[in-house]
Amino acid sequence: MNDAQAKLTVRGLKVFFGQFLALRGVTMDIAANEVLGIIGPAGSSKTTFLRALNRLNELTPGTRVEGTVLLDGEDIYHPACDPVMLRKRAGMLFALPVPLPMSIYDNIVYGVRLCGVRTRARLDELVEQSLKAAFLWDEVKDRLRTSALRLSGGQQQRLCLARVLAMEPELILLDEPCSGLDPISTARIEEALTALKARYTIILVTNNTKQAARVADRTAFFLMGELIEYGPTNQLFTTPHDSRTDDYVTGRFG
Amino acid sequence: MQRHFHEELAALKHELVRMAALAETMIGDAITVLVRRDAAPLTAIAGMEEQVNAMQREIDETCLRLIALHQPTASDLRFIIGAIKTNGELERLADQAVNISHKAERLLEELPLTTFVLIPRMSSIASSMVKDALHAYVNLDTAQARRVILSDEQLNELKATVTNEMTALMRKEPATITRALDIILVTRNIERIGDHAKNIAENAVFVAEGRDIRHTHEL
Repeated sequence: MNDAQAKLTVRGLKVFFGQFLALRGVTMDIAANEVLGIIGPAGSSKTTFLRALNRLNELTPGTRVEGTVLLDGEDIYHPACDPVMLRKRAGMLFALPVPLPMSIYDNIVYGVRLCGVRTRARLDELVEQSLKAAFLWDEVKDRLRTSALRLSGGQQQRLCLARVLAMEPELILLDEPCSGLDPISTARIEEALTALKARYTIILVTNNTKQAARVADRTAFFLMGELIEYGPTNQLFTTPHDSRTDDYVTGRFG
Repeated sequence: MQRHFHEELAALKHELVRMAALAETMIGDAITVLVRRDAAPLTAIAGMEEQVNAMQREIDETCLRLIALHQPTASDLRFIIGAIKTNGELERLADQAVNISHKAERLLEELPLTTFVLIPRMSSIASSMVKDALHAYVNLDTAQARRVILSDEQLNELKATVTNEMTALMRKEPATITRALDIILVTRNIERIGDHAKNIAENAVFVAEGRDIRHTHEL
C-alpha cells in the first residue's frame, strides 16, 4: 500500500500519559473502504491507538503525542487542524450505547442540527438514510418520535451507529461496539459494517478475535503498546508470522 | 476453556500416534506372514484393521467437534486440519498392510518362489517412514518431515529392482507367473505405504510452517 492509496498514514505514533509511554511508536497505512480489525489483550493500547486517530486522548490531562497521523495526507496534529472538525470526519462508537434522552429522530439529528442543518426535508432524509444504513430502519420507522431509551441494547447501539452516519463521516472508529450485545444484535452490527465499508473506512477495536476474523479485511495485533503484526485477516488467522500473534489468536494467552 | 481445548489437542495427538503404531505393527506382521511363511499373525492383522477403522471415525469426529465448538485459528487450526488428513492417510496405509497379508496368505498355499531380501528392506524403510512422519507431525519437526519425503525415492528404486527380477523370472518359467505377480503387487503395496507416509510428512510441513509443499517439488 503506498501513501497515495492510504486513507490514514500513521508514522512512529507514540502516546504518553504523563511519564508512561502507552503507545510505543506505531507505523502503519490504513486503506480506504476497508475494515481494519485491531486485536490484542487488555492493556495493549488498542483504544489509545483508536483515540489517537480522532484526538480524543488529549481530553485526558497530561497526554502527549509524538509522530504523525495523516488523514488523506493532512496532518491531524497540525495546530491548524480543528479537533472538532476532525471528530466530525472520524465518528466514533463506544462499547456501551449512549442514546441521548430524547426521541429516536432527535438523537440522529442532534449533531447535524448543531452543524447548522435545519431544513425539515433534509433532516428527514438523513434520518431515513442513516437508520437504513445501520440496519435499524425497519424496526423503528413507525415510532421515530418515541424515546430512544425504550429501544433494546442492540437497537440502541445501532441507533448510535446511525447517529454517527448522519454526520457523514469518512472514518468510523468503533471501540468494542458489540461487547454488551447478544449474538443476533452483534450479527446485525457486523452486517452493517460489512455493507458500510463501501463508503467509509472502518476501524474496529475488538476483544473478540473471532469478530475481527469475521468482519475485518486486515487485522492488526497490538501487544503492550506495540504493533506486533499487521496483515490480511485471512493470513493472520491461518499463518501468522509472529509466534506472539499465534499464541494470542489461538488463546494461549490474553 | 482454552486449557481444556489444548488438553483435547494433546489427546488427539496421542490417538494419532497410537493409530500409527497399530499400522506399523500391521505392516510388520503382514511381512512376517510373507517372509517367514507363518500364518499366525493373520487373525491379529484383521483385528487391528477393525481397530484402525474405528479410530478413523473417532478421530474425525473429535476434529469436527473441536472445530465446531472452539473455532480454532492459526497453528491450532492447521494442526486439526492436519489431523483429519493424517487420519485418512493412516487408515489407507493400514489397508495396504491388509492387502499385503492377503497376498501372503495366498502364497502360503504354494511352494516358495524365492528368498526375500529386498522386500523386508522395503518394509522396514516404509515402517520407519510412517513412524518418522508421525513424529514429525506431532512434534512439528520439519527437518525430519523432509527426510521422510526424500526417503520415498529409495522405495521406488527397490520396487523397480524387484519388479525387474520377477519379470525375468516369469519369462524364464511361466509356471511362476501368479506367484511372481503377487510379489510385484506386494512391492506396489509397500510403495503405496511410503506414499502415504510422504503425504503425512508434507502435512507436517504445512502444520508447522503453513506452507503447502504438495506437488511443488520443493522441500
